[in-house]
Amino acid sequence: MKAHASWPVRLVRGFATFWWDFLVGDTPELFVAVLLIVGVISLVSLVGHLNMLAVVLLPMLSVVALGASVLRAWRSSRRG
Amino acid sequence: MVMATVSSNVVVLVGAVFLASAVEMVEALTIVVAVGHTQGWRSALEGAAVALLTLGALVAIVGPALVHFPLDVLRLIVGAVLLIFGMQWLRKAILRSCGLKAKHDEDAIYQETVESLGAGTSNTPRDRVAFVLAFKGVFLEGLEVVIIVITLGISARHLGLAALTALAALVVVGVIGVIVARQLSKVPENALKMTVGVLLLSYGTFFGGEGLKIHWPGGDAMLVVLVAIYALVTWLFVAGLRALSDRQQVVAR
Repeated sequence: MKAHASWPVRLVRGFATFWWDFLVGDTPELFVAVLLIVGVISLVSLVGHLNMLAVVLLPMLSVVALGASVLRAWRSSRRG
Repeated sequence: MVMATVSSNVVVLVGAVFLASAVEMVEALTIVVAVGHTQGWRSALEGAAVALLTLGALVAIVGPALVHFPLDVLRLIVGAVLLIFGMQWLRKAILRSCGLKAKHDEDAIYQETVESLGAGTSNTPRDRVAFVLAFKGVFLEGLEVVIIVITLGISARHLGLAALTALAALVVVGVIGVIVARQLSKVPENALKMTVGVLLLSYGTFFGGEGLKIHWPGGDAMLVVLVAIYALVTWLFVAGLRALSDRQQVVAR
């Protein structure tokens, strides 16, 4: 099936696969976390106009997301 | 004050692009050196050169085209991409520092490439296989560099500087590669990767925030503060995980 795909199809498939691997890869939790962070900060900054809260919240949420992902990896390595 | 804020932005930009390019180029160089030693240098260097020209063309074509994009939207997208990318690099580097993930081993990449060339059973001429392998290695590793150069360069309004910095990293890694040849595993890749992760995460936070209309206190100087915060947090994560692992080992005994 794959061998018969035309070159534009293969090109699009390759492009999509590259971005999937690049952004999601083996850490889908980080991809979802960043989408959530952008959503929360949009509400705080664009809707609520709470600039200082957004200034504090954005790095804080990034640290929490990173920490959660690292902890998840640590736990799964303990189990494995 | 203006000089100070401009230079802090430029220093972080140059640092991020240089280190990210160096890390990726070390991996690419390992493949090129393996191909060169096994199949001869001509095909390896030709493959690497064509890949570099293709990557350069990508920057030249995509970069100026993106300049016409609304800056706020671009910074939001770039910020989100850099946040994801920065966290991925940092997560990997933290896990490696704690021994929870195998350190990237250039010797293994070298061996793998040599074996794949040795096991080649295709009917194509040997030099063509070597050319394709060198091209693929440089192109795929370089693609990440291109994305970093374009996203950081345009968002910071210094695309030319970002491209030149990547080029400088390429030259430095190339010279080191010629000197140390097969000993690329001596490069402290994890420390570099951790630094790049901190820088990308800082830029992602900064640009993502600007895309969402956040007014950073101190303007561009806030980048340096973000770098310091993320560096401290990374150190705390590494120390904390090491302590957790040690405690578990003691309990297990």
